[in-house]
Amino acid sequence: MLSIKNLTASINGTPVLKGIDLEIKAGEIHAIMGPNGSGKSTLGKVLVGHPSYEVTGGEVTFDGKNLFDLEPDVRARAGLFMGFQHPIEVPGVSNAAFLRLAYNKKAEAEGRDELDPLEFDDFIREKIKLVSMKEEFLDRSLNEGFSGGEKKRNEILQMAVLEPKLAILDELDSGLDIDALRVLGDAVNRLMRPERALLVITHFPRILETIRPQFVHVLSGGRILKSAGPELAVELEERGYDWVLEEAAAGGSR
Amino acid sequence: MNSTFTGVTSQEYKYGFVTDIEADSVAPGLSEDVIRFISAKKGEPDWLLDFRLKAYRHWLTMTEPDWAKVAYPKPDFQKIVYYSAPKAKAPKYASMDEVDPELKRTFEKLGVPLNEQAALAGVAVDVVFDSVSVTTTYKEKLKAVGIIFCSFSEAVREHPDLVKKYLGSVVPYSDNFYAALNSAVFTDGSFVFIPKGVACPMDLSTYFRINNKESGQFERTLIVAEEGASVSYLEGCTAPQFDTNQLHAAVVELVALDQASIKYSTVQNWYAGDKDGVGGIFNFVTKRGLCKGRASHISWTQVETGSAITWKYPSCILLGDDSIGEFYSVALTNHKQQADTGTKMVHIGRNTKSTIISKGISAGDSSNSYRGLVKVQPKAEGARNFSQCDSMLIGQTCSASTFPYIEVQNRSARVEHEATTSKIGEEQLLYFQQRGIPAEEAISMIINGFCKDVFRELPMEFAVEATKLLSLKLEGSVG
Repeated sequence: MLSIKNLTASINGTPVLKGIDLEIKAGEIHAIMGPNGSGKSTLGKVLVGHPSYEVTGGEVTFDGKNLFDLEPDVRARAGLFMGFQHPIEVPGVSNAAFLRLAYNKKAEAEGRDELDPLEFDDFIREKIKLVSMKEEFLDRSLNEGFSGGEKKRNEILQMAVLEPKLAILDELDSGLDIDALRVLGDAVNRLMRPERALLVITHFPRILETIRPQFVHVLSGGRILKSAGPELAVELEERGYDWVLEEAAAGGSR
Repeated sequence: MNSTFTGVTSQEYKYGFVTDIEADSVAPGLSEDVIRFISAKKGEPDWLLDFRLKAYRHWLTMTEPDWAKVAYPKPDFQKIVYYSAPKAKAPKYASMDEVDPELKRTFEKLGVPLNEQAALAGVAVDVVFDSVSVTTTYKEKLKAVGIIFCSFSEAVREHPDLVKKYLGSVVPYSDNFYAALNSAVFTDGSFVFIPKGVACPMDLSTYFRINNKESGQFERTLIVAEEGASVSYLEGCTAPQFDTNQLHAAVVELVALDQASIKYSTVQNWYAGDKDGVGGIFNFVTKRGLCKGRASHISWTQVETGSAITWKYPSCILLGDDSIGEFYSVALTNHKQQADTGTKMVHIGRNTKSTIISKGISAGDSSNSYRGLVKVQPKAEGARNFSQCDSMLIGQTCSASTFPYIEVQNRSARVEHEATTSKIGEEQLLYFQQRGIPAEEAISMIINGFCKDVFRELPMEFAVEATKLLSLKLEGSVG
């Protein structure tokens, strides 16, 4: 589904990704972990098309198409989703109107029927149950005055509305208490399908107790230093990141 | 990112056509003779000619103000045509059938609701084409409840006592440079009189359009609402596209007596010049409302999207006890446009209240300033004001400024001021795009959200127009 080959990228001329290789197939859950400032959030931003980052080399295909040929909104309608670490606030734009426009843009792209406000109201009232969100949040301005946890709930609600093929979840656990983390983790699991995939970016392994990856990668200094199965997450929980960095330094640059 | 926003600038001006109608004009330039010519042409009484001449003589002693945050070549007042009337078969039209077909096509292009659709929409339109009012619809219906809605010239002829009583009572001819100029040379405009206890049964609407290349438009609007009367007045403005600058110096005076209410809404889309700042309207307007009576209420709502230069401060003088003044404004600037706009709320009476909501949006290389004065005079016991001034920047090369002036001379007054500046930045835009929403629609949605508090004050059909207009102004090859 997603194939990343020797991807390099920079911001303001400074290299931040220095050769990333990653294959994600349908049905898989991958976790990218790493210390702060390792470039793991950068990878997500580059994939969705953040304009501050410049792709300097390598290639990425999504469902066989060159990802970088597509505008960010086209990537989204093709099924690429990112749950942001810090969702922005937009005063005056109602959450429900935003969700409906996003839904209808995707429906239009896929040749499905768009939903009018009343139809969408029925649709969204079902969806909010999945993330245990109160209905009042639909009428409020998009993310405005939402707590950290409410913003994350809203991100997963958007994922539920758009049903992406590949969802990148950037630090879903930041700003969440344990109960909320479990609710949203369960919601993500329920949205998972054999034809879909997940890329979970996280600093702390705790979220991986709910969303269980088959593949865990440690990213640091703009490179993937180590890839292994779920046992790697457990080891990182016990031993921290330093040993992986030391091991990589001893074994050469890759 | 810059490239994402430069495309925003490529909006073509939709109303940039010139109507070819023979105009009856005076030679360019200003002198007492020109003023006498205008006055004679309009068959005015002596007191009005006197008013004009006093204004002109005062104007000669004044200099153009330069405190606003706008830079422009000062107009050469001797090159402006001060009178330009479309030549007609008859001086007055009895019905729409008599109106020059070319003129009617112009209005159709403008979307002015002059025909049956206007009837359905319930809008009475007083159209000012250059300087002479062409037709006034609905006059009869309004007349039945005692409302006068006519061109200013007609009001001078038919209701001289009313005009004489209120003209210059809110904006004296000596008020400021442009108001003095307008008082000397105004050619036409609108007059509204709502008698005691009458609620105007429909929104009244005037469409202004500047057609003649070198002509200045100096219209004069006077609205009087007597005790307990109420009216909602809409003003729409467009101008054709020329590469020279045209001057627009209007004066609007509103008078509200005891418990009267006047709501004045403007959607201004004068030609703003091209993307390099060539041409466009210089819009130097004095708008002021006097809440003369107890518990009177004046509300200004403006959506300013056009003009090369905007210099405009619709204000309220809150003289009557318990009177209320409101100012809701959206000012959008793009390309090389410059706007310095805001309001003045002068609290004189007791327990007077004012609300100011200003939303400035700057894109391209434009400059957008809010300038507002809240003044509480010593006797304004219990006066209250709330001001909120928000600015939004699109791109890296525009600017936004806020100049709030607060003068409080009564201890019991409460004045609150809030201001924010935000940017439609990369992160916001990416968030929308990441949800599958194209950049242009994203900008439009963000802007409309930003302006919501103002748009909800507009009458329904104006709100729809304003929303479209903002999107249009920011449309282009985003992305």
